[in-house]
Amino acid sequence: MTSFLHATIIAGTPLFLSTLGEILNEKAGNLNLGVEGMMLMGAVAGFLAAKGTNNAFLAILCSILFGCIGALIYAFLTITLRANQTVTGLALTIFGSGISSFIGQNLSGKVVPDRVKYFLSPIKLPLLGDIPFLGKVFFTQDIIVYFSYILAFAAAFYFYKTRIGLNLKAVGENPYAADAVSINVALYKYVNILAGGALCGLSGGYLSLIYVPAWQNNITSGRGWIAVALVIFAAWNPCKALLGAYLFGGLDIIGFRIQDGFISKYFLDMLPYLVTIIILTLFSFKRSKKNSPPKFLGLPYFREER
Amino acid sequence: MVNQVRFVRRDKVDKYTNIKVKLISIVAAFFIMSLFLIMLKINPKDAFIGMIKGAFGSPLRIRQTTIKAVPLIITSLGILTAFKMKFWNIGGEGQILMGAFGASILALFYNGFNSTTLLLLMALSAAVFGGLYALISAVLKIYFKTNETIVTLMLNYIALKFITYLQYGPWKDKKALGFPKIANFPDKALLPNLLGVNVGWIIALILIILVYIFMNHTKKGYEIAIIGESINTARYAGINIKAVTILCVFLSGALCGITGFIQSSGVNGTLSVEIAGGVGYTAIIIAYLSNLKEPFILIVSVLFAALLQGSSYIETSLKIPNSAALILQSLILFCILSSEIFTTYRLKFKD
Repeated sequence: MTSFLHATIIAGTPLFLSTLGEILNEKAGNLNLGVEGMMLMGAVAGFLAAKGTNNAFLAILCSILFGCIGALIYAFLTITLRANQTVTGLALTIFGSGISSFIGQNLSGKVVPDRVKYFLSPIKLPLLGDIPFLGKVFFTQDIIVYFSYILAFAAAFYFYKTRIGLNLKAVGENPYAADAVSINVALYKYVNILAGGALCGLSGGYLSLIYVPAWQNNITSGRGWIAVALVIFAAWNPCKALLGAYLFGGLDIIGFRIQDGFISKYFLDMLPYLVTIIILTLFSFKRSKKNSPPKFLGLPYFREER
Repeated sequence: MVNQVRFVRRDKVDKYTNIKVKLISIVAAFFIMSLFLIMLKINPKDAFIGMIKGAFGSPLRIRQTTIKAVPLIITSLGILTAFKMKFWNIGGEGQILMGAFGASILALFYNGFNSTTLLLLMALSAAVFGGLYALISAVLKIYFKTNETIVTLMLNYIALKFITYLQYGPWKDKKALGFPKIANFPDKALLPNLLGVNVGWIIALILIILVYIFMNHTKKGYEIAIIGESINTARYAGINIKAVTILCVFLSGALCGITGFIQSSGVNGTLSVEIAGGVGYTAIIIAYLSNLKEPFILIVSVLFAALLQGSSYIETSLKIPNSAALILQSLILFCILSSEIFTTYRLKFKD
């Protein structure tokens, strides 16, 4: 049981990172369906850097950078050129999967170098790691998992307790009103979308460097899309996103764990996708004011047409 | 500096500007692709000429391009039907698989008919399976306001796992020496050839005309367009939104299902997990680039098929991974998306 929960956290972490990335996008009023693409770009870049430099830090940095590049394309098209957000996001996903399988063509099956693997292996935290059960599950993890704990609370603080978080909310809810009180709408959108891209890239890097840790084509296998759905499940709240991600992380690995022939592995593999639909349906049905999407989600902002 | 340039709405949008801007953006996409290839030390001229040769260089290659164009055309028509209503069906992939599944049930287990009847029944079954699979998302959207983009997408993965289950489990061909594949269809369940290509291309051409007539010259097609333009107008005009949505999404899925039938019966010879192979996603781009107009679907699909065929040719001749096609597709899409603003706006430099 302990090892199952331990693995759940690992499987849930990339989901959380990309979910939080999408939350940043959506808070700024942009529906970014390119999560999968940015993750794939981050995954291949991180893996390639790990292979090339043998340095875990550089590998992670490269993941983040490539996620940002993907996000920058999306941001430039949707903010500056006011392109359709849905189609731009889809294009980004296709772009990312094209780039990752193009670059990763000769990498299939290759594994992450030992030095990088060692650096990113679980570290037991002093004191906290000694707590029975919980210490094993939560505090004997790799550094990115710890980073994601901090990130969840930092993001919640940013959204709900700071001035700029409030401004961000205004940008997503009504950019015209935000502009009227001299909030720089484009700047807020750019910064948050790029930060979101960084998280998606990191999430992809986590998959290729730690979770798998080897290269396989289409390594994300739909996790980016689950993240988009998790945003609705989490009602745009980073802490709920963390819980949701662990729930789905558990569903993700259950197929591996239960292999007694009683139920086919392929049906268990369907679970995350099926549960996404069910949860999405339940949450769409009882949508209250508190967990509704930003009002201007998916709409372009034309400053010239105020 | 940034404030020196701004967008100003054009007084009127003419067709000429529109076409000019689109062409420039496609050229731009090829330009960016060239830069990318140069970065990888590949001569872009060789790559593009290789692609054209690979797609149209010989009768055999032209046939291959046609075979690749057929599923793109039919699936794009399906996607177009839903997109006209602003119902974002991105589940083409899953609907193709379920359509192929519907056709396979008959071909493999209930094939006691003559060839023509069997093929017609298979097509019908494929359409019904594809349509019903798409309807799941429509019903959830109508009754629970669930976001159809995510539901259709999740259904893709579910269909994929389901077919994988069949292929590795109950439907696995025992004669294939442990190799996980489903038994081949009997000969009478295979689509006949015409001019060296399975008759799918005729079905595709007929469907373009039928969908064109349905969308532009029938009452239901008009209602779909109105719901897409403004749901409130539709409500005010007394259109039964639920009924029209269900019809529209069913048709959308049914068309994708027919693609599954053609792919399994005409190309692959049986059902397999690879049958959709990304067609459902490419069709979204095609539908968008065609501006949701049926005749353009034909042109864009043939171009995209040439791109796919050409890139699989240069994969062997120039050792360029065929995912180059995906990159080029998305670059074209990026450039067209960025160009859109220039058809209705122009840049104004402050003096």
